[in-house]
Amino acid sequence: MSNFLTASIGRKFIMSISGLFLMMFICVHLGVNLLLLFDDSGELFNLGANFMATNPLIKVMEPVLGLGFVVHIIWSFLISLQNYKARPVGYDKSNAAYSSTWASRNMLVLGALVLVFLVMHIIQFFIPVKTGGLEATMIDGVEMHNTYALVAGLFKSSVLYCILYIIGGALLGFHLGHGFWSAFQTIGMSNQYWLKRLQCIGKIFAIVVAVGFAIIPLYFLIKF
Amino acid sequence: MENTINLTLKVWRQNGPKDKGRFETYKVENISTDSSFLEMMDILNEQLIKENKEPVAFDHDCREGICGMCSLYINGRPHGPDDDVTTCQLHMRKFKDGETVTIEPWRAAAFPVIKDLMVDRTAFDKIIAAGGYVSVSTGGVPDANAIPIPKVDADEAMDAASCIGCGACVAACKNSSAMLFVSAKVSQLALLPQGRVEAKARAKAMIAKMDELGFGGCTNTGACEVECPKGVSITNIARLNRQYLAARFSE
Repeated sequence: MSNFLTASIGRKFIMSISGLFLMMFICVHLGVNLLLLFDDSGELFNLGANFMATNPLIKVMEPVLGLGFVVHIIWSFLISLQNYKARPVGYDKSNAAYSSTWASRNMLVLGALVLVFLVMHIIQFFIPVKTGGLEATMIDGVEMHNTYALVAGLFKSSVLYCILYIIGGALLGFHLGHGFWSAFQTIGMSNQYWLKRLQCIGKIFAIVVAVGFAIIPLYFLIKF
Repeated sequence: MENTINLTLKVWRQNGPKDKGRFETYKVENISTDSSFLEMMDILNEQLIKENKEPVAFDHDCREGICGMCSLYINGRPHGPDDDVTTCQLHMRKFKDGETVTIEPWRAAAFPVIKDLMVDRTAFDKIIAAGGYVSVSTGGVPDANAIPIPKVDADEAMDAASCIGCGACVAACKNSSAMLFVSAKVSQLALLPQGRVEAKARAKAMIAKMDELGFGGCTNTGACEVECPKGVSITNIARLNRQYLAARFSE
């Protein structure tokens, strides 16, 4: 196994596994976030957020998730550097759009933009939640953070942030539109039948994630 | 009813591997739309020879689309603007009168330019030599029907075997990856019982050689499959990934 992590397929394997892991996180994250839409008093979302914050399984997975992000990001740069070196002289005229999609050729760019969004997102929500300072609320006799006030407050007060979060959802959607089936192809779970199926499922997944995340700021933008 | 067209050619000229290279512009006139792209190149070269200029060096051999020798990155696409053909099978009817045609060599670190539009593709031979074969014990020829092979497997192996090793996949790939070539060469053997014996060692050896020679990795853009003159499928790449990972994990 000595040079597995530097072999081309080995590196891609790392990207694939970390990517699939991050996709599972995105599903959970989206599921909890959508609670924002169904109860304007915030109780439902606060209960969901409190469940996530106090669940021992989530506590264990949190550092693993952080590691997943770090690995996925570092390896993306390693792979891109290796691939960049494989073509020292480029073409004068290239019609790449004929044979591949823009998203598939620019996963690093899309990923980097998602990373910029992620940093903003962590500063706005993750850090305030973790460092305290949030107002407390009582639901059914249990004291918990009023996370709803933090999220709803931001979206109600700033049109700019609403738009940035909608863009963030769209960027993630484009990234996943290629990333989903690509992850399965890389670990070899694809063949003449499943290739097309996975590409179709990937597109649906990407649209669900993009629309799902974008609809939340849109909801606050329109309703309030 | 023969039509003729006039073209402006923007051709990559490079005296040798160490030369920096540059584009030069030539005009060709009265090119029959029924001629092939390489015949047009021949006409250009005759013209250059008459003008006492150095003719353009380009690779070609069988000129019937099966040897894999011709290359050329024409107007931004390997083997030019037609689908599922090699440059020798590309016809001038695919071009418009007065058009400027840009002709470049394959671009990859693993395919250094020898001269003008010719590149050194021995990297592919080295990958094959690393494991793209079946070791056969000597003796009498086995009966053809001694090992039954399902039709589906035979067809898929044959499709993979249609790879002519031209390198269009490497030229089309933004990473100059040779994964479609290697996966076709692995698949044509891995799908058949005779090839399965050495499958694990083969996948490992050929990928190690591919990496060593400076080809990039696969990012699944799918450009190779679209530009492949033989339509070799990227599902072969999934099979190669599967075989390689299985081989590494069973170490």
